[in-house]
Amino acid sequence: MERVMMKGNEALAEGAIRAGCRFFFGYPITPQNEIPEYMARRMPEVGGVFLQAESEVSAINMVYGAGGAGGRVLTSSSSPGISLKQEGISYLVGAQVPCVIVNVARGGPGLGGLTPSQSDYFQATKGGGHGDYRLLVYAPGNAQEMVDLIGLAFDKAEAYRNPVMILTDAIMGQMMEPVVLPPLREVSPDKPWATTGKKGRSKPNLINSLGIVGEDLERINVELQAKFARMAADEVRYEADGVEDADLVVVAYGTSSRVVRSAISRLRQEKKKVGLLRPVTLWPFPQQILAELAAAGKRFLVVEMSAGQMVEDVILSVNDRAKVTFFGKLNGTVPTVKEVYDRIMSLLPEGGEE
Amino acid sequence: MKKIFAYPRALSPKRTHYCPGCTHGIIHRLVAEAIDDLGIQERTIGIAPVGCAVLAYEYFDVDFLEAAHGRAPAVATGVKRVHPEAIVFSYQGDGDLASIGMAEIIHAATRGENITVIFVNNTVYGMTGGQMAPTTLPGQKTTTSPYGRDTATVGYPIRVCELLATLDGPAYLERVSVHDPQHIIKAGRAIRKAFALQVAGKGFSLVEVLSSCPTNWGMTPTQALRHIKEVLVPYYPLGVFRAPEEVSGDDA
Repeated sequence: MERVMMKGNEALAEGAIRAGCRFFFGYPITPQNEIPEYMARRMPEVGGVFLQAESEVSAINMVYGAGGAGGRVLTSSSSPGISLKQEGISYLVGAQVPCVIVNVARGGPGLGGLTPSQSDYFQATKGGGHGDYRLLVYAPGNAQEMVDLIGLAFDKAEAYRNPVMILTDAIMGQMMEPVVLPPLREVSPDKPWATTGKKGRSKPNLINSLGIVGEDLERINVELQAKFARMAADEVRYEADGVEDADLVVVAYGTSSRVVRSAISRLRQEKKKVGLLRPVTLWPFPQQILAELAAAGKRFLVVEMSAGQMVEDVILSVNDRAKVTFFGKLNGTVPTVKEVYDRIMSLLPEGGEE
Repeated sequence: MKKIFAYPRALSPKRTHYCPGCTHGIIHRLVAEAIDDLGIQERTIGIAPVGCAVLAYEYFDVDFLEAAHGRAPAVATGVKRVHPEAIVFSYQGDGDLASIGMAEIIHAATRGENITVIFVNNTVYGMTGGQMAPTTLPGQKTTTSPYGRDTATVGYPIRVCELLATLDGPAYLERVSVHDPQHIIKAGRAIRKAFALQVAGKGFSLVEVLSSCPTNWGMTPTQALRHIKEVLVPYYPLGVFRAPEEVSGDDA
């Protein structure tokens, strides 16, 4: 298949089109503008809809309408805009409306900056909006994964009738890399539960998250939790590179995992036993493999572009069986290979060399 | 024998939760009659608001989505863009539409989104217990304006039809009332016209319906209807604020 050079954001947008996405609603915000701009050009070519909403709030509610009507629908934004979408995301989960939401994250809090960041991990994986809910969250590690995971995200969103989030960042979105694109798919909006007009059905379809009677609300929540449990059991994805014989396992995702990979590559040339565990799903989190590595006596270093968010899930996963150290760069800068290299060196035990 | 009156097919045969004397029931019926008249029940999709009509989906026998507070026009937009052949309407109160949802309604209107909005204005937040709305009249007492709406501190009511009429996008804007049978008939015609325009692909239509809230106004049902006639109508004049050439005027 043909390899083409694409920016991460554009690779993701084309990946969505190839996966049958025909509806995009968004609002301008840096550093994700390549996605709506690409969609504005591309959607008319495939008979799809691009609509620039009046706000992030409207965009996510257009997603609710389009997804509820059975359409394969995408929205993208960056951190402050994703905050604005949280109410809508909670409704999407409550009403079991499939869609994909992309966060090309930037630094916060507040208006923050335009530099890449991983400080939206809590928001993406722990809820974000009101109520007891989970999103399936994918963290691409390169432009090819932007393409592959967005396609997977649409399929999973519809399989579970739940929103799926792609959490990436400014570097991943702006960087150009070669990608192989899959063939174009068409997906019908005619779904048995969707609001399409009740023609052919005796009962109308309803997209709703209201449970005004306590027992009804409990029943909805029991159903949702059962779904999240299935997702947790079946959807964990990660990359484990050289963890088996490692003394130290570095846990990192997205942009920071790329810096870690470079540092590890240098350390391995120096015969150091260092492995990389890269979560591809941030929720469900790869707890099991981390627990097993902890039981096998590994130590852990977590590298993030935040004050330490995913590190909490690593600590929970190893559950006191192993030492977990954190190295974070606060919003605004990216860790350098040298910084990560030095930090790993400082943690390697005597005899870290073969 | 010719049947001249029946329960509308687009209305579910259920008892509503609305308070005694509330005119939501009448407005529901007018919407259902319009859907029946136009033969569009099987392709109509409704959007329920957050407000007294939050359970509207219980009362209409058509597909429905329950929207977040104020967001019904955005939800309707999403639905309509996926199914342009569907007839999509939102049913919203004045707090929902003219306060928290002002951005959504203005932008749906200015886009000329081919949807129909039924806007029920009773000058008060009903479901939450009678708080001040963006449409609450000067001096009107509510639970959050207990001394009467003071325009010096909280400003003036919003006239939605007049506001939207400043835009080029809308195809049809009309304000009607349901305080007596004559006006109910007129309101029914306006609602039917709004749906007919959508069927014809003419674009955004909104019918504002002046409605009663005896419970939160502290009145009997008949007092409340008189209040619409004597107090609301003078402040919110009835009439057509925008119509395409071929359907302008009351009798189109």
